[in-house]
This record gives sequence, C-alpha cells and structure tokens, in this order.
Amino acid sequence: MRIIAVAAGCLALASCQTGKENLRPAPARLAVYSDAARESQIQPGGALTEPNVTNPDYGSAFAISEGQRLFDWYNCSGCHAHGGGGIGPPLIKTQWIYGGEPANIFDTIVKGRPNGMPSWGGRIPQYQIWELVAFVRSLNHEEPTASTAPRGDNIEINPANITNKAQGETK
Amino acid sequence: MKRRAIASFFIAAAITLNGCMSTRQSALDATGIEARSILHLWWFFLILLGTIFAIVMILTLGALLRRQPASERQFVEQHHTPPQERERKLSRMVSGAGVITGLILFALIVISVITGKSIAPSGASNALLVTVHGNQWWWYFSYDNDDASKIVVTANELHIPVGRPVLIRGTSLDVIHSFWVPNLMGKRDLIPSRITEEYLTADRPGRFRGQCAEFCGLEHAKMALWIIAEPPDQFQAWMNQQLQPSVAPDDPDKQRGLQVFLNHECIFCHNINGTPAHGQVAPDLTHLASRSTIAAGTLPNTKGNLAGWIADPQRIKPGNYMATVPLESGDMQPLVDYLESLK
Repeated sequence: MRIIAVAAGCLALASCQTGKENLRPAPARLAVYSDAARESQIQPGGALTEPNVTNPDYGSAFAISEGQRLFDWYNCSGCHAHGGGGIGPPLIKTQWIYGGEPANIFDTIVKGRPNGMPSWGGRIPQYQIWELVAFVRSLNHEEPTASTAPRGDNIEINPANITNKAQGETK
Repeated sequence: MKRRAIASFFIAAAITLNGCMSTRQSALDATGIEARSILHLWWFFLILLGTIFAIVMILTLGALLRRQPASERQFVEQHHTPPQERERKLSRMVSGAGVITGLILFALIVISVITGKSIAPSGASNALLVTVHGNQWWWYFSYDNDDASKIVVTANELHIPVGRPVLIRGTSLDVIHSFWVPNLMGKRDLIPSRITEEYLTADRPGRFRGQCAEFCGLEHAKMALWIIAEPPDQFQAWMNQQLQPSVAPDDPDKQRGLQVFLNHECIFCHNINGTPAHGQVAPDLTHLASRSTIAAGTLPNTKGNLAGWIADPQRIKPGNYMATVPLESGDMQPLVDYLESLK
C-alpha cells in the first residue's frame, strides 16, 4: 500500500511542469519583430477568438527566474526599479499604458515607447524577450501561482497602493 | 650500471619537462609558499595519524589473536570477574592512552592554527592586489590600481609575477563559489555580499590550473581558471599590453566582424575597450585572443572552437548564461576573425 502511495507521489511530481527548463531555446527569430500585438480591432473575416501571438514561456518557473536575472542584466531595473517604478513607470499595476497582454509587453520591449523606453529589438534574443515578458507578468500575478515565486528577491510592494497613487486617490 | 644511467636520465628528463610544462593540478605538487605550508601540514597529519592508525590496528589484531592463558580462564570461570591486578593494569593503560589521544589532538589543533595564521592575509606591503568575482560560470579578475585608467580587467586567466605575494580579494555576484588553485593555495570561498582574502605566491614560472571548489550550479565542473606565473619583467610587459584598448581593424573582413559584434546581442553583455561595447555581465573581450582558453577553461582558444561556442553555447556548457544569438550564415567567419585578432 505504502509503495503504491510513494509511486503515485513520484508520478504526481513527475507530471509537474512548472520546473521544466528549456536550456536550448531556438535561436532563430520565430516571428517578425514588432508584429506581435494587433493595433486594430477590425479584422477581415471576423475577429479571431484567440490572440495571434502567445507567450511560449507562459507558466514556466524557469523562464520567470531567467527573466528576473535579465531584468537586472539589461538594466530594466535602472528605470523601472524592481517593479515599483522610478524614472520609468511601475510594472506592478493593474492598468497599462500600452496594454498588459503578453503580446503588448513584447511589443513594448521590441519597439520601445515614447518618452524614454528604448527599443530593444535586434539587441535581445527573442526567447529572452519572452522570458522578460513572463517575469513582468509574474510581478502582477498574471502567471500561474505555481510557477511564480511566493515573494520577489527584492522589495515587497503592495500593488494596490501603487495603483491608487497613480490614480490620485486617497486611501 | 647502464640501467641506472638510463633511469637517472629519465628522472632528470621528467624533472626538466615538469619545470617548463604546465604542472598537473595537484595540492601534492606545491609550488608556492602558502601551498607548501599546507602540504607540510598535510604530510604531518598523514604520517602521524597513519602511524597511530597502524598501531591501533596492530594492537586490535593482537587482542583478537591472543590466547587466554589457562590459569586466567580458570580464575574467570570461578570468580566471574578478571583478576583484580590485571583489571587495574588495563584501566591504567586505557586512561593513559586516553590522555595521550587528547594531547595529540590538542597539539594538532595548535599546529593547524599556527599554519593557518602563517598563511592568513597579514598585509604584506608589496602584495599585488587582485579582485576576483565568482560568476556562474566564469571568473572575473581585476588588478587593483590607484589610477583607475590603469586597472586591468580580464577573465579566467590570471597572470602573476613570480616571487611576489598576490592578495586575492574575492566575492561572488550570484552564489557561493570557491577559488582554488591547488598548486599555489588552499581553497577560499567567494561568498555573495562578503569579501574574503587569501594570499598566494608562486616561486617558479609555470601554468597552474585552478577550479571552482564549491558546487555552484549546472556548469560547476566547467568553471576552471589558469594562473600563469612569469618573471616580473614579462609580467609587466603583459600588463602594459592588457592596458591597451583594442585597435580598429584595418582589413574589410575584420571590420565587418566588428560591425557584426556591435549590431548583435554580443554588445549587451561583453566589453571591448576602444569600441562602444561596454557590457559588464560577461567576460571582458578586449584581449580575448591573448587568453589560451574560452568558456572558463572549457575549450582551447581556437577559431573553430570559438565559432562553435558562439553558434551554440548551450551544447558546450548547457545552462550557461551566454545567449544563443541568431547570426546570418556569412557573419560568423568575419566575427571570429575579428575576435581572434584581439591580442
């Protein structure tokens, strides 16, 4: 009986996908840069019910931790701090200037945005951009809880406070 | 007579070869002051404790093989206890051995502490200060200088002058590593947000291999370094050469290689003095071609290996942080030509 329980436990662990590491990502550019997010709601032939680009790293704990490392390596933290914002807007929030879907964040990184966000297209391999996207979304708990670290390696911020401050509300 | 001559010839040849070729990585082949004190301590421990072990084994064997005399056996059978006199003799022997053991252990502690003190950083005035950062999975070296423009930064290969103490001042930027060059020094852990120090002095020229000695992740085994000890004038020449920025290439092939480097992801992590590339999270490439290995001692530094490394770093060192960069097919050769011209 105990053996069966142990075997079942092992099987359950083996089926756990959150720790899967993709150590050899495809170096090729899979999509043409800067066409990830749609900029028009009108689509010929009726609207697609699914987004045209999805994050291949969705739900990967490895990708999120890699994204966290790259966030410092590429000095994203220089402007956005560790999510709380500074020179650049905070990344822990519920409202996004340029959209918070993975495709939007991908576009923001690749194309850059007015007033300071550099365009990183051609400078960061595409798979690393998706890792950064996964990390940024994990800051807002938009990645599965199972693959998001219970707490960040840096400051703890209550997202509700930031959103309220940004909207000028008093609490 | 003839055989002896041949034998002595081979021994002489082996010693000579040993003198000029790179030494095998072994703490038993000490070539520095620090390594030698550690080796002496090691031999002392080995011989003393080995002797004690042998004595204990012989006595145990003697006790096992000893035949109990008939008179003694009869006494035990009658009184259910050994003779009083013998009992007293044995307890005196055991307490004596206990006291001797305690004394020996105490003496070993004293000797060990004395050796540790003698090689501990004590502020030698003429020491060469080198900052070491352990990284997953490579070594960052920077030679300290009051003049910031004279700081030499390199990676994975450390040149040191013979006979001058070198103070290794280390820390780590990610996980705990351990800096260990067995022929020259004992292990010194590099710990994030702490600074640790260790002296090493080479007393003859040579190439000495070092290795990370604290498990630090996937590629711990491929985190090696080389220390090249050379005469002071040669060392100074090397320093002067390392201080030079890279020169702009003059032929179109290498010029294209530089453009490939600057227009791809390389520029984000690597630094090449004299170009706009100032990345600080990966090994400095200003004098890449002057180093004998790439990827922290993983491969000899040749054009073929370098191309293979750039094309697919994850095959050679799975899990390392070098990005897999998409290159157009015609870009690799100029890039490798350019990088291998960075003497």
